[in-house]
Amino acid sequence: MSEKKTDRRDFLFTATYAVGAVGVAATIWPMIDQMNPDASVKALASTEVDVSSVNPGKTITVLWRGKPVFIRRRTQDEIAEAKSVSLQDLKHPEKDEDRAKNPEWLVMLGVCTHLGCVPLDQKGDYNGWFCPCHGSHYDISGRIRKGPAPTNMEIPKYEFVNANTIKIG
Amino acid sequence: MSDHQYTPKSKFGKWFNDRLPLLTLANHLTDYPTPKNLNYWWTFGGILTFCLITQIVTGLVLAMHYIAHADMAFDSVEHIMRDVNYGWLIRYIHANGASMFFLAVYIHIFRSLFYGSYKAPREIIWIIGIIIYLLMMAAAFMGYVLPWGQMSFWGATVITNLFSAIPLVGEGIVTWLWGGYSVDNPTLTRFFTLHYLIPFLILGLVVLHIWALHVPGNNNPVGIDIQKPSKDTVPFHPYIVIKDGFALLMFIIVFAFFVFYTPNILGHADNYIEANPLVTPAHIVPEWYLLPFYAILRSVPDKLLGVIAMLSAIFILAALPWLDTSKIRSAVFRPLYRQFYWILVADVLILGYVGAMPAEGLYLLIARVATAYYFLHFLVVLPILGFKEKTLPIPLSITEPILGGSPNLAAAKNKESLDIK
Repeated sequence: MSEKKTDRRDFLFTATYAVGAVGVAATIWPMIDQMNPDASVKALASTEVDVSSVNPGKTITVLWRGKPVFIRRRTQDEIAEAKSVSLQDLKHPEKDEDRAKNPEWLVMLGVCTHLGCVPLDQKGDYNGWFCPCHGSHYDISGRIRKGPAPTNMEIPKYEFVNANTIKIG
Repeated sequence: MSDHQYTPKSKFGKWFNDRLPLLTLANHLTDYPTPKNLNYWWTFGGILTFCLITQIVTGLVLAMHYIAHADMAFDSVEHIMRDVNYGWLIRYIHANGASMFFLAVYIHIFRSLFYGSYKAPREIIWIIGIIIYLLMMAAAFMGYVLPWGQMSFWGATVITNLFSAIPLVGEGIVTWLWGGYSVDNPTLTRFFTLHYLIPFLILGLVVLHIWALHVPGNNNPVGIDIQKPSKDTVPFHPYIVIKDGFALLMFIIVFAFFVFYTPNILGHADNYIEANPLVTPAHIVPEWYLLPFYAILRSVPDKLLGVIAMLSAIFILAALPWLDTSKIRSAVFRPLYRQFYWILVADVLILGYVGAMPAEGLYLLIARVATAYYFLHFLVVLPILGFKEKTLPIPLSITEPILGGSPNLAAAKNKESLDIK
């Protein structure tokens, strides 16, 4: 095999391909990115909820970014139960204190972490939530205890604006 | 296939054909030599073409009345059902047509599995077929989302969430697919666009599927190559055209039965409730044709592994030509494979059944056993069988068994040589 010399033409070819590739990528990116959430979707980022009418032992469901958010006012028994669980028994170990800063109020995304269904309230083997789609059981802190879901139900960013109002997002 | 050169009779035909050889193509398609022993299981290719055309034509008409918007989609479908002239008929044909399409494609696939149609030299036909099947599933899934009922919404949520199982980028991909933080209007409009596009992609692949078929020619029930075209084949027209046409008529009777007598039996009542992002229906089930894969998904307790198992169950089919090590194509001459074949059929039916049942207790156990067997069949049974199985003697030609050829090979050989004289 004869040694091939790199000449001017090879350089021009490589340079042309490189510029072409960058150009194609720059053209494709807007086509891909247009599918990401648009400005109007992003604008609906936060929601305020009045929780004054929620009694202990009741859950309300509100819509935030198109997804349900569970707001449960837990009873003293439920709080005690949630705190008593040993972290070793959990698939996704999280303390109840870290999930509910104010232990009376549990605010979490009502979306099963398996495939996104809305779990049913006060159902399942752990008196928390049960997802009817593929059988995931959550406890009263929204932690996964049994079934295919990989993680606990997500806690969104939220804060108490005043004693009766929660701002989600 | 036909080697003879074709010349159109008319002067204009010749002039045209010299510039664009469409008449040569038409002549090839009519004269295309077809094994004369093809049985009715070979009529489903034509039936599937009919299904595709039916879906495209009815879909085109539905798109004239449908509104792809989260606030209006559900109402526009009811408008089609109640107000549009014959809208009920067109929509029921389209909705049941999807089921009929899958019914036919499953028969077509299992035909290939029985007669070994995926083996050399037909691997490319088979792989194109699997791609068509995948696109069919994508089109059917997105089409089911369009009426924006409860099953539409939650089916879309569950299926798109499958991508969230991918490590690191999964959540980002799901948000990208949705165009938001949940299934919503942007999701609906893009699904409508893709649902409109995919049938035409399928149409293109069907052309490639048939093109690839016409290179080696059809497989046949005895699974051996054509020895003498003049004796073993008949021209496609009129012989196969008439046979396909008759089978198509029978198929349309079944089709019409569903459309006119039980148009909703294959659907779910929940889809007549408008989509509600706050309430998941108590029992989510996909359409019947996706149930076996759904059962596989649910039988694995881990999210990522469940998704991998489900996708593998489909993609493993593409590797089938190399997993099946037997040189004999037709199950007619493979006594052991024949038994495993029917066990696989039963296994898939069982998976379909448990896929429709709640994922708990005995159903879950059955789903796990059936899932394990499904993979065992392709990954263990088929590769080993090719080496261990004692196959039956195959006939010398397609014609021999039809003419009552003697099982004595020597005698048959003798007869063949007499025929040649």
